[in-house]
Amino acid sequence: MFDIDVWQEIFSTIRKNKLRTFLTGFSVAWGIFMLMILLGSGNGLQNGVKQEFASNAVNAMWIWTGETSMPYKGMKTGRPIRFNNRDYTFLKNKVNGLDEVSSRFYLPGDTNYAYGNEYGSFTTVTCHPALRDVENIKLNKGRFINHKDITDFRKSIVIGKDIAKALFKEEDPIGKYIKVNDVPFKVIGVCHDPDNRNDRTAYMPVSTAQRIFNGGDRVHSFAVTTKMVTSEKQAEAITSEVREALAQRHKFNPDDKRAMGAFNMLTEYLRTMKIFQGIKIFVWVIGIGTLIAGIVGVSNIMLILVKERTREIGVRKALGASPRSVIGLILMESILITTVAGYIGLTMGVGIMEVVNYGLEQAFASGGGDGIFFRNPTVDFGTAITATLILILSGAIAGYIPAKKAASVKPIEALRDE
Amino acid sequence: MIQINNLHKSYVTGNNSLHVLKGLNLEIEEGEFVSIMGSSGSGKSTLLNILGILDNYDEGAYSLDGHLMQDLNETQAARTRNKMIGFIFQSFNLISFKNAMENVALPLYYKGVSRRKRNQMAMEYLDKLGLKPWAHHMPNELSGGQRQRVAIARALISKPRIILADEPTGALDTQTSYEVMEHLKQINEEGITVIIVTHEYDIAAMTHKIIRLKDGVIEEIIKNGDLKSFQAQYNRNINKSEHHV
Ligand SMILES: Nc1ncnc2c1ncn2[C@@H]1O[C@H](COP(=O)(O)OP(=O)(O)OP(=O)(O)O)[C@@H](O)[C@H]1O
Ligand SMILES: [Mg+2]
Repeated sequence: MFDIDVWQEIFSTIRKNKLRTFLTGFSVAWGIFMLMILLGSGNGLQNGVKQEFASNAVNAMWIWTGETSMPYKGMKTGRPIRFNNRDYTFLKNKVNGLDEVSSRFYLPGDTNYAYGNEYGSFTTVTCHPALRDVENIKLNKGRFINHKDITDFRKSIVIGKDIAKALFKEEDPIGKYIKVNDVPFKVIGVCHDPDNRNDRTAYMPVSTAQRIFNGGDRVHSFAVTTKMVTSEKQAEAITSEVREALAQRHKFNPDDKRAMGAFNMLTEYLRTMKIFQGIKIFVWVIGIGTLIAGIVGVSNIMLILVKERTREIGVRKALGASPRSVIGLILMESILITTVAGYIGLTMGVGIMEVVNYGLEQAFASGGGDGIFFRNPTVDFGTAITATLILILSGAIAGYIPAKKAASVKPIEALRDE
Repeated sequence: MIQINNLHKSYVTGNNSLHVLKGLNLEIEEGEFVSIMGSSGSGKSTLLNILGILDNYDEGAYSLDGHLMQDLNETQAARTRNKMIGFIFQSFNLISFKNAMENVALPLYYKGVSRRKRNQMAMEYLDKLGLKPWAHHMPNELSGGQRQRVAIARALISKPRIILADEPTGALDTQTSYEVMEHLKQINEEGITVIIVTHEYDIAAMTHKIIRLKDGVIEEIIKNGDLKSFQAQYNRNINKSEHHV
C-alpha cells in the first residue's frame, strides 16, 4: 500500500484540485494551530502562577499570634497569646500533619550591621534549619544554619547577597565576623531568595537570638511545611489540626482568627491548580471541537471528490482495481491531507509560542517583566505527539466514509454513458 | 470460451422490475470476432456487462473459460477482469489526469507489475497502435480516434483472452471508425476473442459473426458465410432510412 504509485495517484489528484485541497487542509491546520496556541497559553499561565508560588515551598505554612477577640472559658477578650519553645517541640513531634518546623523570634527595633568601615540596617530573621526548605532559600556560598548552631547557641549568620555586597564589596565574606547590634557574628553563608528582587535579609539561629537579645523562650511565629497532601480538604484539615492543638495549649477559642493567624500555602496552591486543571480540560474540549470541524470539512470534500471521481473509480474497477486498493487510495489521500496540514498547523502554533516565550525570557532577563503572569508558554513533546496521533486518526476517520462510498461504486453505474 | 445458458436479468428500480434478458443462450468460441446488434434498449450493453463480470445475472449460467461465473465477490471479479478481459468503451474512459502512457499502464499496476516494466510495455503497445509520439500527451490533447487507440492499447496490455467493446466506434467518424476496426481485426488475428456492440451495419459486417438481440433473446445469428446476404440487407436498410429523410 505504501508504494510510490499510490502516492503518485494521490499527488496527481491533489495537484488537480489545488485550491480545494488547500481550503480543506487549512481548516485542519487552523484547528491544530488553535489547539496549540490555547494549550501553550494555558501552560504559560499555569507556569507563571507556579513561578509565583516558587518563592516558597508549595506546602509552606505560617502561624502567628495576636490578641484574643472572643471570650473563652470565662476569660476576657484582648488577652495576648504568646508562643514559646515548648510549642516548637510540640509542633515538631506531636502534630501529624506537619513535616518541618522553624520558629522565629522577632528582634526588637532595627538591626544594624557593620563590617570594618561599612555599615547598614537590614532585616534579621531568626530561625531553625528547616526555614531553608520552607522559604526556598538558595545559597550562593557557604552553608545555612544547622542543628549544631541551634544547640550550641553559635553566633553564626547567613547574609543575603545584597548585604554581602554592601558590607564586603569584592571581599569573600565567609568566615569573617560582622557586628549585629554590636554583637559579633561569624558569616557562614551567602544566600538569595529566587523570587526576591533584593536580598537584604540575614538569617541567624533562633536559640542564639533568644539568648543574646533577651528573648527567653519567647517565639513570635512559626514557619512550617505540611505533609504533601493532594486535596484542598486534606490541606484544610491540617490547618484545623494545628489551630485546635495550639488553641488547647494556649486556651483560646479555635475559631478565634485574631488570637492565632495561619496561612496554609498548600490550600491556595491546590485550589489554583484545580482551576488550571479545569482550564486545561476546557482548552482540549475547544481544541478537539475545532479539530472535529476540520475533520468534517475533510470528510465532506473527500465525499465530493469521490462523487466527482465515480467514473474514474468505475474505470479503475473495470481494469481490475480491487475494493481494497480503492479504499486505500481515498484513505491515504485523506490521511495525507490531514497529516500534512495538521503538521503545518502544529509547527506554526508551537513556533509562535516559542517566539512568545523567547520574547518573555528576554524581558525577564533584562530585569523587566514584572507582573507578567506568563511563563514558558510552550507545549511539551508528549502533547505534540498526542496531537499528531490524533491527526492521523482524524485523517483515517475523515477518509473512512468517502472510501467506503468509493469502494461501493459499481463499475456499470460509473461507465454508463449519460 | 463463453457459454451462456438460459440467462435472465432484470433491473429493479423501486417497485418496477424490467426484465431485460429473458432466457438467452449463447456460445462463443475462442478466437471469434463477434458483433452484437439490436435496437436501442434491447439489452446489448446489459449482456456485455454480464460477459465482462461488471454486473451479475439473476438466473441461468455463464461460464468463462470453463469456470462458472457466479457469486464472485468484488475482489475475485476484479482479479478475473484484470486477468481475462480487456474493455473498450464508446466514450473511451481514459483517466483525465494521466497521460497516454500512464493510462495504458494502469491495468498492469493492478496486476502488480513494477513501474519501469509497465511503462516500457505501455510504450510498446502505444507504438503498435502508432501512438508512440503521443505517449506523454494528456487525453484532452488527443483526437477521438487517438483516444480510442489509447483505450485499445490499455485493453490489450494485460494480454486478455477477450476484448469487450461497447460501441467502440460510436463516437468516431467513419474514417476513424474503420481504422479502429482495423486494429480490432488485427487483435483478433492474434487469437484474442473480440466481442463488440454496435449499431452500425458496416461495422458489424467487418466481424465474423453477428448476433441480433430482440426482446431479451437472440433473434438471429448471421455467420461468416451469410455475410453477403447480410450486406444486401444492410444496403436495403440504408436505402430505407434514406427514404425516410
Ligand atoms: N442500471 C439499470 N437500472 C435500470 N434499468 C436499466 C439499467 N441499465 C439498463 N437498464 C434498462 O435495461 C434496458 C436495456 O438496457 P441496455 O443498456 O442493455 O440497452 P442497449 O441495448 O445497450 O441499448 P443502447 O443501444 O441504447 O445502448 C433498457 O430499457 C434500460 O433502460
Ligand atoms: Mg448500450
